[in-house]
Amino acid sequence: MKTLEELKALRKKSYEKMYMIGVANGVRVQVGYGTCGIAAGAKPVYDTFVEEIKALNLDNVEVTKVGCMGECAFEPIVEILESNGSKTIYCLVTDRIASEIVEEHILKGNRIDKYLLSKIKR
Amino acid sequence: MLDRMHILICGGTECKESNSLELRDKFNSEINKLALGDDVKTILTGCFGLCALGPHVVVYPGETLYSGVKVEDVPQIVEQHIKNGKPVERLLYKGEFNRNKFRNRSELTFFARQKRIALRNCGVIDPLNINEYIARQGYEALGKVLTKMTPEEVIDEMKKSGLRGRGGGGFPTGLKWEFARKSVSEQKFVICNADEGDPGAFMDRAVLEGDPHSVLEAMAICGYAIGADTGYIYIRAEYPVAVARLEEAIQQAKDLGVLGDNLFGSDFSFNIELRLGAGAFVCGEETALIASIEGERGMPRKKPPFPAVKGLFGKPTNVNNVETFANIPVIFLKGADWFKSIGTEKSSGTKVFALGGKIANTGLLEIPMGTTLREVIYEIGGGIPNKREFKAVQTGGPSGGCITKESLDTPIDFDNLIGLGSMMGSGGMIIMDEDNCMVDVARFYLEFTVDESCGKCTPCREGTKRMLDILNRICAGQGTLEDLDVLESLGNMIKDSSLCGLGQTAPNPVLSTLKHFRDEYLAHVVDKVCPAGVCSHLTNYVITDACIGCTKCARNCPVGAIEGTVKGKHTIDPSICVKCGACKTACPVNAISTDPEDWKVA
Repeated sequence: MKTLEELKALRKKSYEKMYMIGVANGVRVQVGYGTCGIAAGAKPVYDTFVEEIKALNLDNVEVTKVGCMGECAFEPIVEILESNGSKTIYCLVTDRIASEIVEEHILKGNRIDKYLLSKIKR
Repeated sequence: MLDRMHILICGGTECKESNSLELRDKFNSEINKLALGDDVKTILTGCFGLCALGPHVVVYPGETLYSGVKVEDVPQIVEQHIKNGKPVERLLYKGEFNRNKFRNRSELTFFARQKRIALRNCGVIDPLNINEYIARQGYEALGKVLTKMTPEEVIDEMKKSGLRGRGGGGFPTGLKWEFARKSVSEQKFVICNADEGDPGAFMDRAVLEGDPHSVLEAMAICGYAIGADTGYIYIRAEYPVAVARLEEAIQQAKDLGVLGDNLFGSDFSFNIELRLGAGAFVCGEETALIASIEGERGMPRKKPPFPAVKGLFGKPTNVNNVETFANIPVIFLKGADWFKSIGTEKSSGTKVFALGGKIANTGLLEIPMGTTLREVIYEIGGGIPNKREFKAVQTGGPSGGCITKESLDTPIDFDNLIGLGSMMGSGGMIIMDEDNCMVDVARFYLEFTVDESCGKCTPCREGTKRMLDILNRICAGQGTLEDLDVLESLGNMIKDSSLCGLGQTAPNPVLSTLKHFRDEYLAHVVDKVCPAGVCSHLTNYVITDACIGCTKCARNCPVGAIEGTVKGKHTIDPSICVKCGACKTACPVNAISTDPEDWKVA
């Protein structure tokens, strides 16, 4: 990295990729993968997403591991970001729920209310 | 009254559904009717985060919050509040709301009340992908510092920001950098203290796991400011995920050329290495940490000389904590004035707290300094579960003290917490309710410090051990009134005469509980009862007439000490009961009592 301009160009490119600028129906699946998430079972959840997305051949969907968002008591947490700007947080996700999210939310566009963080939290 | 008032009307999606646009028009027409248009302005704002009770209207000044406002309520608000200055009681927000309606992150109270600087990227970016960090303006601060600022300007900016060390002491970071800069030497070092050891604190782990590059970037900025070309991250081996991610992050940064030689075309070079600690609490103390990196046994050294003069391998060294570093890139991106504008006058910025204990939302939260403890515990933390009563909050871990109900409205900052006899520490916050025995809590923390005392100086090594002996005696029902005086004088002696921060603060949990909860100590010593029902030698479990005969207690009792028929009152056989408290937790109607009044009768 030699200049600030070089960094800014890389930033623009990375930003567009991360926020799915110009991707039609882009979906970013963020799986909480801090120690709290891993301990609560984030691995099977992450693996399920990766496998199912691959099996369905969905190239508009990106599955990503992220750190802890602070709600450790409700891990594994999965946040779904869509290129239309909508954000959904699912909590206490299992591999079975992950399949359900792929099926209902990602494929059909129906949010599954009963797994929402805001529903489950007291 | 009419002195530039603003009426904010929620224009979030959910409130729009409930006619906030019509509301605004009605407000405008009412205001015009009374010819107040020059002094009152209506504004459509974003979501307030309490969507279930929308639409909301806020009137400034005074920040009066009305909820569930209907178009026909508007004339009354305008007439009574705007014109005559009396808020309309019946429409005021009542504080109870249905969280089920909340949709996304910014609408959940837990997130909405936070201000995330150190945790800005945690849970947002892929920590193993440097490009995602860069997408969020990563390494721009470093680029800016290296190409546009002198080291002196960097230090001035840090001093202006008012950032204070987040690891415990709260020493101004800019000053620390200045001392290290002024020490003349060929070789200097930057150390990141990632030896997070307070029981119940895990914010540093979250930063390192969720956003490792922010720490690397800040260390390079620090290296430039003080004139160091090498950094060490001292991290405990108990954080394997954080260690792996840091290693990967350092490699990626080197590959991209944001760590290494001649960064951003300058003649500044910086490299970072990891050093793993074996998890000794004392190694969070900077001189002990330095000794450990040097390969010595982790024991503190005499100060002065401070590390800024004679630190790692005898060279000037600057040690900062993970969370401190994580704030730094943002300060250079947004400016010291911006950072200074957040928080309180003497404690600028935000602080991350790890909420634990008897609290609904266990987890991490980052709040501006100056937020009150009540807001943190009840509004963001969700309050105490199971309808129990709040008793105290312990901040600062084993070095801090207990803060009681009376002080809940104190704004949190470094100096206020010290004023309350506690401290900020690294930001662990353990909430205790009526079921916690304060003597037992003090004993828990002291057990920890006795274990972790390195043994170098006598007051800490021997003194804390003696204090623990006394506490054990009290909990076993063999304490005397004299013991309380001995605890106090011994505690103060240890504070005054210990070599390092560990010993100087170790008696704090005991001293502060002695001060605030002396009645509990007296109950243990004089009446030989533990009011909370924790110390098993000093309590009895009985079932009161509130029992509904649900049989849950009997099913949960591990020793079969509870008898009773369905729908009939149950009884506990004290000769079998091991006082584990399982029944108390299981009881849905709070019919299991450890109150001496109840068990003495029984």
